[in-house]
Amino acid sequence: MDRRTFLTAALAGGAVAGMATRGEQAKAQTVRTSAKIVIIGAGAAGMALANRLVRRLDGAQITMIDPRPNHLYQPGLTLVAAGLKPASYVVSENSDWLPSGVSFVADKVSAVDAISKTVSTEGGQTLDYDWLVVAPGLVLDHDAIDGFSLDMVGENGIGALYAGPEYAAKTWTAASRFTEEGGTGIFTRPATEMKCAGAPLKHTFLIDDIARRAGNAGKVNMVYAAPQGSLFGVPIVAEKVRMLFEDRGVETMMNRTLTAIDASAKRATFATETGTEEVDYDYIHVIPPQRAPEFVVQSGLAWADKWTDQGWVECDMQTLRHLRYPEIFALGDVAGVPKGKTAASVKWQVPVVEDHLIAAIEGREGTETYNGYTSCPLITRIGRAMLVEFDYNNNLVPSFPGVIAPLEELWISWLMKEVALKATYNAMLRGRA
Amino acid sequence: MKDLTFETLIAVFEEIFGRGLFWTMVAAAALVTLAFLYVLIRDWAVSWKKFLIAQLSMPVGAVLAVWFVMVMTKSKLSDLGGPVDLIVLLGIASVGAVGMAILVYTLEALLGTKRTKGEVDS
Repeated sequence: MDRRTFLTAALAGGAVAGMATRGEQAKAQTVRTSAKIVIIGAGAAGMALANRLVRRLDGAQITMIDPRPNHLYQPGLTLVAAGLKPASYVVSENSDWLPSGVSFVADKVSAVDAISKTVSTEGGQTLDYDWLVVAPGLVLDHDAIDGFSLDMVGENGIGALYAGPEYAAKTWTAASRFTEEGGTGIFTRPATEMKCAGAPLKHTFLIDDIARRAGNAGKVNMVYAAPQGSLFGVPIVAEKVRMLFEDRGVETMMNRTLTAIDASAKRATFATETGTEEVDYDYIHVIPPQRAPEFVVQSGLAWADKWTDQGWVECDMQTLRHLRYPEIFALGDVAGVPKGKTAASVKWQVPVVEDHLIAAIEGREGTETYNGYTSCPLITRIGRAMLVEFDYNNNLVPSFPGVIAPLEELWISWLMKEVALKATYNAMLRGRA
Repeated sequence: MKDLTFETLIAVFEEIFGRGLFWTMVAAAALVTLAFLYVLIRDWAVSWKKFLIAQLSMPVGAVLAVWFVMVMTKSKLSDLGGPVDLIVLLGIASVGAVGMAILVYTLEALLGTKRTKGEVDS
């Protein structure tokens, strides 16, 4: 083969590869419809669904409603609160992800009328819908902790990483001081359902590791306080965490719910089974009770007999379709299902809702189901994590069985969290993963 | 991971490096590989003199690749926790080693050095 034949062959090979990809893209079939679809919420769930729907539907009027101009990559907040990433790591513009052809209403939903099929906003707009996807996320009820307000975060040893990127960064200010000066650190979680139940554990492990690296392991007294009787909802994971806590010397205060803090005295009040208990701290991480946005309960979309203090949307566990209003779906944190307030769950839920929604538009039944899949790369120190994946039945459902052991502290699981997770998340937002 | 297809993988890599950088890197890797193949076909023989230098550069490539990944991901060698971690580490090292060897061999064949000039193939 001379130089020219070689180059010609190389070019031809490239052209064939290019044609193959183009052929695949043309294969995706679209459904013609004039349906009006309203998606409440432009978070992970709403944005990923919108991007998938525009690809599958031709002619649909899709409207997204969200008061916030920014998109938050919430799985990154634990990294920000440990000083591993800057606050900007989790923030992007909604417009970076918003597909063309979808209208965006920058407003807060005030009510849904499921009978007349309309959504009203606080700004006074009313939108009709044929299909509604409720994905507004959840509300952090900071007022439920007496004596606590967000302006305290970062000072006097108070952290609250759930509250957003700037508060996660302030949490690091307080936590890093604790890792240097030592004392008692209390790491709490709420009694309600919550976003990513692994995050309070991750924060505990990371702060412990950072103090250890600074040579201050002897100066810090780490305490994990939880309203529940076990360290994690999945028993086999709870046992593993118990062993890790024993190894790291993290003490536990189980069956204790944080009810108040006295910032000037650095004293926290916990409700116990029999009364209250006061504990002094040098650092406290506050995670408040979490509930559905007000309009969900007010509009009669919530469960009447479950989670009555929290108001999650009443929906089928497998299809996420509302049990009383078949034209409404719930997606993400707001869905009233026993598991799954994580971005990984959203990744599994979105194709299910997409399938049932499109099937319904076509007048048939969808086939996809959600099995409660939730995943958590549970960081146990900088450089190591356990890839914990489970379903509704508390079964472990490892994605890479025999390769990545679920209950082992591995570097590869850390690499996934550090390198691949945000990329996978972004690909999901674009509807490509 | 759900549906870990080739397309998903490409999408993930595009997000990690940014679309521009990722495809530039793919193009660079493809170009070096093509140049390597070109040199092999042109010379129709493996030059053992060039291959010696290429082989000697392999450990350098391996160490560089591991160092790059460790720094980028805030990791330490002591973070390796199980067999899969060792496999990943060796994989990274091998990719670095082979990449470096191909690069060095190709550069030497294309640019030529005093040591290998005057060989039958040039």
